[in-house]
Amino acid sequence: MAISASALPRAHAEEHLDHEAELRKEHLMLDPRPRGEMNAMVMESMLTTSWKFWAIAALMALIVAVGLFGAWGYMISEGLYVATVNRPMYWSYFLVHTVFWIGISHAGTFVSALLRVFKAEFRRPFTRAAELMTTFGLVQAGIHIFAHMGRVWLTYWMFPFPNQRQLWTNFHSPLMWDFLAINTYLLSSTMYLFLPLIPDLAMARDRSTGWRKTFYRILALGWRGTEAEWTHLRIALNIFAFAILPVMFSVHTIVSWDFAAAMRPGWSSTIFGPYFVVGALQSGVSAVAMVVITLRYTMKNMDYFIRKEHFDALGKLMLVISMAWAYFFFNDYMVQWYGGDKWTDALLHFHEAGPAGWVWLMMLITNIAIPWLVLWNKNWRRNPWILFTVGLLANVGMWAERFIIIPVSLQINRMPFMWGQGIKFGVEIPIFIGSIAFFILLYMIASRLIPLVPVWEVQEGQMAHSIRKYGKEPVVSVADLE
Amino acid sequence: MSSPKIPEFKAEWKEGEAGRWGLAIDMDLCTGCQACVAACSMENNVPFVGEKESGYGRQMAWMRVERLWEGQYPEVKTTPFQPVMCQQCGSAPCEPVCPVFATVHAEAEQLNLQVYNRCVGTRYCANNCPYVVRVFNWADFAINPIHANPDKDGKLVFPLHNQFNPDVTVRRRGVMEKCTFCIQRIHKAEDQAKSENREVVDGDVTPACAQACPADAIIFGRLDDPQSRVSKLSQDKRAVHLLEELGTQPRVSYLSGGSHGNLG
Repeated sequence: MAISASALPRAHAEEHLDHEAELRKEHLMLDPRPRGEMNAMVMESMLTTSWKFWAIAALMALIVAVGLFGAWGYMISEGLYVATVNRPMYWSYFLVHTVFWIGISHAGTFVSALLRVFKAEFRRPFTRAAELMTTFGLVQAGIHIFAHMGRVWLTYWMFPFPNQRQLWTNFHSPLMWDFLAINTYLLSSTMYLFLPLIPDLAMARDRSTGWRKTFYRILALGWRGTEAEWTHLRIALNIFAFAILPVMFSVHTIVSWDFAAAMRPGWSSTIFGPYFVVGALQSGVSAVAMVVITLRYTMKNMDYFIRKEHFDALGKLMLVISMAWAYFFFNDYMVQWYGGDKWTDALLHFHEAGPAGWVWLMMLITNIAIPWLVLWNKNWRRNPWILFTVGLLANVGMWAERFIIIPVSLQINRMPFMWGQGIKFGVEIPIFIGSIAFFILLYMIASRLIPLVPVWEVQEGQMAHSIRKYGKEPVVSVADLE
Repeated sequence: MSSPKIPEFKAEWKEGEAGRWGLAIDMDLCTGCQACVAACSMENNVPFVGEKESGYGRQMAWMRVERLWEGQYPEVKTTPFQPVMCQQCGSAPCEPVCPVFATVHAEAEQLNLQVYNRCVGTRYCANNCPYVVRVFNWADFAINPIHANPDKDGKLVFPLHNQFNPDVTVRRRGVMEKCTFCIQRIHKAEDQAKSENREVVDGDVTPACAQACPADAIIFGRLDDPQSRVSKLSQDKRAVHLLEELGTQPRVSYLSGGSHGNLG
């Protein structure tokens, strides 16, 4: 075991006594509780359900039934004319929302895998909440990509399955790459969600009765906690954490190729890949912050696990990603503008001065100006209201970015006679609201069924951290577990 | 065991190679009367979508006569126009992007085919078409009662039902479609020529647009026959191609030298 120690800045003499208490209050890793107590706290947070929970769940289920499946069913029976699509705006809100949800789903894996790889300790209490976001976000993305299709009942034709008529799928199509990439991502992120869940499911199995016991017993796969099992789990998690990062980058790059590979002014851009990846992180990390804040203030015992230090860390991450997004946006814009192609020129003018110009401006304000002005301040980013608002605005801004790229850009093409304006509100709006409700509902169901805090990871981190005294100075020391 | 033939991802056209079928439009003869648009819709069972949907940009005509203005009203200098339909590109951007091979290049006819039965409606082909000539069936415009017009007794009238062309599929909602160069007429002429043991010659095939053109501005024929009218016209120094710089190798030539100036 390697021991690394670092001295904290020397404080005033009268504060020495409080310093250790402050450290414990601030950092979850330095504030250990007995394992039995912590397990009981997580079980309690899972099992305590008030009438408010059921009321909200019923409301969400109603919105899903009417907004998502009702409106979508109506559209399937009538055709896409009830949606906001026309010629030349063949793609519209549905693709905006697909990219939006894939972007949100990104950060789950990003936060979990990247921070695990870099051994960022603040990740421990909310990795599971973030990973769930990946899976649930991809479900919503799938709903929108299916809703976007003209004949959704033939979706299975996108699968390359052997058939008697020897019909095959076209692997040259970016949509096919997209389909395969999203499926890969869904499968691998679900496995990555499940692996660290096993010890917690076993913990829940040992502390429950009735149908829950059966449920956890099946899902825990007979976990006993032997040394061999832990070794296998750690190796598997390490492999997954490293392997899933390139998958994550590939997915949003391939999503961007749906646009970048097309022969259109404004879309045919070589920087779309990284630009989309960073955009996805921008919306996704903001969504993680929103989810973490919501969990802390709605679930029992969560104020122990999720602390201001986590808001702080997520706020810093949001600030850095916002800067990266600004860099890529400028890079994309600058090169396209400098190229001087007349159609791109017309398109850029349409973005800024067209009827959706205010959306373009709003995108810059909510994605760049607000995070830069707010998140630099430690007290502000530790305030849950402010962080939640900034995260919400960043998601609005990222929605606006996709809105500019898809329906607004599609109105300009190389045949000026076919330029058209068709932005209005169609059936996509109830479907989108329904998908947000579906996302929340899935989280609510998950919060009743699985421990949202990875207890074993928190306990592992707490075991590695300790406060030592060098004279009067409390010093945080960390033991490397591997 | 022979391996099943996988369709080509893009037709392997050599630069400058002629296609099999081509169209030439003499812009100095065209009056922009839209007879071709009407004839095309009649021939190919293209539904009428009504004023409201048409105004929103859901008109389904496979051809359009583009009207453009130079200068701001009221100081309009010229009002050029040009008929535009699928250019049957030799190297078509619509083809590689379809995930299910619903839009493919026919080896025999060397045209871009749209396979209605296979189309799942992703509409990527339409986004990637630089000529914006693909139209989508946003609804069952031909058969859904809500798109029919009531007559004076309140009875619903389906304007197309009595004149459907039996040679052409009636498309349902959710599929893409586009100009086919009246492939049903091409096949009829080829069958006729084959039964008479000869090649298809000029005059055997006339697509609906060319047939209806009162000025005889649309000329259709074989590009692989150097003696055909359309071959000669496409080599004419007046011939230009739309968005030729994109390398799509369009098979429609626009002949313009006079009043229309520089088109394309």
